[in-house]
Amino acid sequence: MTELGIEKLHEMLKNGEITSDELVSESLEKSKKVQESCNAFVTIMDDAKGAKVTDELLSGIPYGIKDNYSTKDILSTGSSNTLKDYVPFFDATAVANLKSRGAVGVNKTALDEFGMGGTGTTAHTGVIRNPWDTSRMCAGSSSGSAAAVAAGVYPYALGSDTGDSIRKPAAFCGIVGYKPTYGMISRYGLFPFASSLDTCGVLTRSVKDAAIVVDAMKGIDKYDQTSWDSSDIHLYDSIDGNVKGKKLFYIKEIVDISNYPDASNELKRHLEIFHEAVDKLKGLGCTVDEVSVDKALLQCIPSVYVCLSCAEATSNMSNLTGIIFGPRGKGDTYESIMKDHRTKGFSPLIKRRFVIGSYILQKENQERYFVNAQRLRRLIVDKMKELFESYDALVLPVSTGVAPYIDGSKDELNSDNTAILEEHLQIGNFGGFPSITIPDGFIDNLPVGINITGNCKKDIDVLNIAYALESTMEYKDMIARDYR
Amino acid sequence: MKYKAVIGLEMHCELKSNSKVFSSARNSYNEIANDNVRPVDMAFPGTLPVVNKECIRKALMMSMVLNCKQPEYMYFDRKNYYYPDLPKGFQITQMHDPVGVNGSITIECDGYEKEVLIHDIHLEEDAASLDHLYDVSLIDYNRAGVPLLELVTEPCLNSAEEAVAFLETMRRIYQYCDVSEADTKKGQIRCDVNVSIMDPDATELGTKVEIKNINSFGNVYDAIQYEIKRQSELKDAGRYDEVEQETRRFDEESGTTIHMRSKVDAIDYKYFVEPNIPKYRIDKSWLMEIRESIPMLPRERKAMYINDFGLSEYDASIIIKEKDYADYFEECVRLGMDAKTAANWLTVQIIAYLGKHDITLSEFYLKPNMLKELIDEQVKGTISSKQAKEIFFKSLEEKKEPKTYISKDTAQITDKGEIEAIIDTILQNNPNQIEQYKNGKTNLFDYFVGQVMKETRGKANPVITKEILKDKLDN
Repeated sequence: MTELGIEKLHEMLKNGEITSDELVSESLEKSKKVQESCNAFVTIMDDAKGAKVTDELLSGIPYGIKDNYSTKDILSTGSSNTLKDYVPFFDATAVANLKSRGAVGVNKTALDEFGMGGTGTTAHTGVIRNPWDTSRMCAGSSSGSAAAVAAGVYPYALGSDTGDSIRKPAAFCGIVGYKPTYGMISRYGLFPFASSLDTCGVLTRSVKDAAIVVDAMKGIDKYDQTSWDSSDIHLYDSIDGNVKGKKLFYIKEIVDISNYPDASNELKRHLEIFHEAVDKLKGLGCTVDEVSVDKALLQCIPSVYVCLSCAEATSNMSNLTGIIFGPRGKGDTYESIMKDHRTKGFSPLIKRRFVIGSYILQKENQERYFVNAQRLRRLIVDKMKELFESYDALVLPVSTGVAPYIDGSKDELNSDNTAILEEHLQIGNFGGFPSITIPDGFIDNLPVGINITGNCKKDIDVLNIAYALESTMEYKDMIARDYR
Repeated sequence: MKYKAVIGLEMHCELKSNSKVFSSARNSYNEIANDNVRPVDMAFPGTLPVVNKECIRKALMMSMVLNCKQPEYMYFDRKNYYYPDLPKGFQITQMHDPVGVNGSITIECDGYEKEVLIHDIHLEEDAASLDHLYDVSLIDYNRAGVPLLELVTEPCLNSAEEAVAFLETMRRIYQYCDVSEADTKKGQIRCDVNVSIMDPDATELGTKVEIKNINSFGNVYDAIQYEIKRQSELKDAGRYDEVEQETRRFDEESGTTIHMRSKVDAIDYKYFVEPNIPKYRIDKSWLMEIRESIPMLPRERKAMYINDFGLSEYDASIIIKEKDYADYFEECVRLGMDAKTAANWLTVQIIAYLGKHDITLSEFYLKPNMLKELIDEQVKGTISSKQAKEIFFKSLEEKKEPKTYISKDTAQITDKGEIEAIIDTILQNNPNQIEQYKNGKTNLFDYFVGQVMKETRGKANPVITKEILKDKLDN
């Protein structure tokens, strides 16, 4: 039953067709299966029990929590050896909000260490595999959450998104990934990667489910000053599928096949699928314009992201010294104790990012790298805001195609040629824009996705467009083939 | 002195507030270690800073008092470095746009006035406190996140005396504005001192030496004196090139300064804007409100005491030393006491009593209204000045209002006619005793005194009583 959507499960729980305990134990069973095939979890909460079913849509329904959310009395590692035994004594606000509505957490999902990767290959518990094809990656960093939702372990799992960490795994796993406007969901209790970009969000199998879950997670929080009052925004209630007259655009420099002279058949097909989706949107009564944006500006996106995210990460993770929490390092001085903890605890990828971040923040380099990156971020966001004056949303294909193979994958920037296509989702984090990915087709039996991004606080528009488009395709509530 | 000393100060002062500057943990002195602690104070993963508006208000008030320019926007910066007392691995402070820049304030030092230039004043959080034992170090996170106001002067002071006068002035201002207890004994004030020397006619500053983390004004004085001497001796010996740009610490035991690190080892703090505290525009009307709430400061009060209340420069200086004194004095005056009398009682009796019993004025039992009751009786002549002092101490000792003593035993019958009438009645009723007294049984005098006291329930002034009795019995 855990393969069903939230509305249906709620209905069944309400009229007694199934109990919360049954759902939770089914979810735990499936967790074990998916752990074996995909290595998706850090912790499976074997002793999880059902909850009282109320009028709250999420009551009694199991869900997964990305392991970079702080969960009271439950191991929370961020998939890092530096926190391999860390059991927090407080819940992240988003988790507490779900708990208060009767939602039942059943497992903690694995991620790229502290969210700082896009492959699902850097978790301290090992490589996370794609349920559609276990020789392929899920992308990351919400890899375990994406794998579990795609495999039908439960209707939803929490994710976090700093560059594309919810939206790209969603595309590679054939599900929905929604990153709401920055500050809509409190970040209190989310292990930080890059504070100005980090956003809590959710992975589901339908747009409506994403709206239901974010309705429950969101809200102003006195412990997060960047959170804002969204009590007048009701996502689930506002979705009606009517998008007639909505004005959409895509960026020519990202989507036009002529940008990719060496395009593979896969990429060609991916862009065709995208244009088919655009035609569907037009069929729904939307206008979709092709807009040109300075290519030089677009090409900056990956470097700007690396500069800003690495700089903030270096500082954010300076609390990981093994002195207050985490395994205590060995040494005679505090420096050597900290050094030992960090040397042993972090994966090489993270260390590389720290070195970059540290270099960028050095006094003599700050102006050239950090400040310039901030300026470019502003230019990119200003350009987008200008376009959002005339348009309701931006639509773009996610990545260059299907999930890549794990073997041979390196978490490195892609070739310059397709970098824009691979990294444009970072625009959503630069501006704090609401952004959602839904599946829009298959290539060689593997799912690909399309992304819809709107202006800040225009979450309802973004969800509604995604919902309408989803209704024209057969990928809603999709479970990976081997798990049906 | 042969050389001109140039001194700059950095003064860190803990602010008074209910909760910490970026945390909801209590900000108060606490004997129990690690008790005033919320998850954010120990940097547990996922915790975020939340600004305490009251701390910003107080910081802005000090910026105004120091005649600084206030910023248009409020935001904070991270100062990144690793140390066991710094849980986050960075300190939230203000580097780019502090609460105040380019200020100045006039101080008095040895009878002359001097304008001290303020480079900036900024709000930040304190680190945890470390206790180094023989083979372990203990960390107390009570202090982690306590609001600190750091004030940086331009290098414009020229002697240890001026430096201490400035610090004293600032300590007083913090107290008068109720911004901080500013108690060095509780470690609420810590200073860094920059010292260099130069030939009096030189135009270029000498090599600057920084002495960090001095915790009392006395030590600031000693450290500066020592450093001037050390640098001067090197210069005298033609070895001024040995004075290097470095950070030293003051060693209390030896009264000397000791090398910590050289300029070349200076840490790059990699400052950048704190992303978890959104930048916001400071409301102009709020600034106005803060400005209007600045209380009268010690210098203005002193002028008022001298010009309007007729106090001496000496008394006025003593009274403004502590805000408690000034408040007490002004309350007395407000209640209608003569200013000079109130000043006299305060500067002579009360301050001595506080010193003797090692208490503060807030712990002192006799509030201004009670002091007034006492003095009023003395003015009326109900009690003598000697008696007033006796009642003063008795009242403090027994923690009872002075009027208790005035109405019951001390509010005497001093009217000679009244006492004489009572004595006459007693003498008429005791002819035998008079007879015996006159026959030489002089100890009966006390019997008569006792009778008068019995009749007046002890209220008859004993001196007057004895006077009249003696007069009547002996003549």
